[in-house]
Amino acid sequence: MDPITVIRSRTVVMPSTNIDTDQIIPARFLTTTVREGLGVSLFADWRYDKNGQPKPDFVLNQPAARGCQVLVAGRNIGCGSSREHAPWALLDFGIRVVISTEIADIFRNNSLKNGLLPVVVDEATHEWLLAHPGAEVEVDLPASVLRLPDGREVTFPIESFSRYCLMNGIDELGYLLSRMDAIERYERAREGA
Amino acid sequence: MTAQSLFEKVWQRHVVVPETADTPAILYIDLHLTHEVTSPQAFDVLRARKLQVRRLDRTLATMDHSTPTDTAQIFGGLPIKLESAARQVRQLEVNCAEFGVDLIGLQDSRRGIVHVIGPEQGATQPGKTIVCGDSHTSTHGAFGALAFGIGTTEVGYVLATQCLLQRRPRTFEIVVNGRLPAGVSAKDVVLAVIGRIGVNGGTGHVIEFRGSAIEAMSMDERMTVCNMSIEAGARAGMVAPDATTYHYLKGRPFAPTGADWDKAVADWNTLRSDAGATFDKSVSLDAGTLEPMITFGTNPGMVTTIGGNVPERPGDAVFAKSLAYMGLTAGERMADKPVQVVFIGSCTNARISDLEAAAAILRGRKVAKGVRALIVPGSQQIKLEAEQRGLAKVFTDAGAEWRESGCSMCLGMNGDLVDSGQYCISTSNRNFEGRQGIGARTLLASPASAAAAAVRGRVTDPREFLG
Repeated sequence: MDPITVIRSRTVVMPSTNIDTDQIIPARFLTTTVREGLGVSLFADWRYDKNGQPKPDFVLNQPAARGCQVLVAGRNIGCGSSREHAPWALLDFGIRVVISTEIADIFRNNSLKNGLLPVVVDEATHEWLLAHPGAEVEVDLPASVLRLPDGREVTFPIESFSRYCLMNGIDELGYLLSRMDAIERYERAREGA
Repeated sequence: MTAQSLFEKVWQRHVVVPETADTPAILYIDLHLTHEVTSPQAFDVLRARKLQVRRLDRTLATMDHSTPTDTAQIFGGLPIKLESAARQVRQLEVNCAEFGVDLIGLQDSRRGIVHVIGPEQGATQPGKTIVCGDSHTSTHGAFGALAFGIGTTEVGYVLATQCLLQRRPRTFEIVVNGRLPAGVSAKDVVLAVIGRIGVNGGTGHVIEFRGSAIEAMSMDERMTVCNMSIEAGARAGMVAPDATTYHYLKGRPFAPTGADWDKAVADWNTLRSDAGATFDKSVSLDAGTLEPMITFGTNPGMVTTIGGNVPERPGDAVFAKSLAYMGLTAGERMADKPVQVVFIGSCTNARISDLEAAAAILRGRKVAKGVRALIVPGSQQIKLEAEQRGLAKVFTDAGAEWRESGCSMCLGMNGDLVDSGQYCISTSNRNFEGRQGIGARTLLASPASAAAAAVRGRVTDPREFLG
């Protein structure tokens, strides 16, 4: 996992509310046994027509979306299935930050585990972002601040432990393994072994 | 001592290291269920880091999502038709053999949908923490367990350490008092709940379902309700264990026996919210006012009564887009809408009582001309029971297809698909765009409502078949 500090990018905007993980990556792509290569199938049913050709009116197919690392989505993105293929697909496509007013629990959790930064903002900031697709924003993880082009700074909440892991590009498994003594003690106390 | 909720009691028992401002709690997991779709990349992590599965006795694997429901492909010697699915199934077999994980394999008589067989085998028990790489793990909360879905990275953490890092969620009580009218089911209750609080109403919360209507429910019904907690965005759903729970569990393969059973029940009896326990949120519903429900849109919160109309929301572009996908118009009546496919199955509604509810309507009747009805039991044990009790014959006599168990048409990844543009009344849990196949239009409803629609070929209030 690459460490995240500051990400500067134009935004790509998908205003739909309740974008579920079945849209982000449809179930038929879940028979894979690896993490890689899902970007091409990201939003497949919204992105391609019956013949597999890109739909020109879909936002991610437009030239302006190229290179955008920040996705601004309508309220409650990531609801539904726990498939981690959703953040894998977004990352593989090049998205590194998802901004909304609400982000569903399991998707948010899965995103944090993979270096996809979930950023929850207030309604007013969200409305501004929805109204200004392509805005150049700066997501400053160490400061937990989103900077808008007019210089406004919006603080976003992020669990300090997750922030530490993301900034250092490490996962939580090492921490859990380092607490094995406590885990074994707990098991002995409960199982009486 | 301050009054505690059921959730708080179960949570507290599993805290290995308490949370601090800087670090989440380390939470111990009693039971880890795993399946073919969300585990391969986790086993790869174990290999890469040279780790073992730490507690094989707390890990149970099966296959359900990508497995076909066609008998010939399970027992008839035919290969699994979808090549990528076949590969995924094989990969799980290889991973379980290499790491020593118990696998309820493709031809095992105990196989079925992971959330159906956990309870069926008695592995799901009150007070346990249960996880699975699947959002419908919330189902197991019906037993007073704290059960929630996780992603593949966390599947790896649990395999390696039997623990997860967790911040304590908030609590939400949903009280359903009163008596459900005849013809109104647990599915209708939970659809009404989601309609009321919305698909994000439970985000960040663990729901406890309480009240006389919940207490009166069978385990099958409680599982249906808890199963769809995730459709309200909740982390988990729970019901306090009681005599109904114990009666269900007693004698099942993994359930305690003899003196251990008595000891377990004495402990389980303490797992209920204390009088005076407080919740961060609370909502009440009167069961007596509920009616059969059906969804009209592309998330489970877009729901109305079968006798109702598609609501009107002028100016709401997302709502309009959803209706356009569904081919429905604002203000339109739901009743009498023609359906082409009927699916009775899934971890929400494929247990024996669900099949009984469907059979009560299909008995002596025929599936309407031009309608495809697919009935998929939640497990091989349920399949066997349904065959022994004559339910399967009711279905096949009616002209429905009767399959091997699995997730089937709930999600389009195993060959069971709804064609583009077709309406499918489905007892599953998600009506998301494309969930049942590209362009498929899903109408979520109860088994009785699905069976009624199968007979008439259109959306029908199942109460028309009562008495």
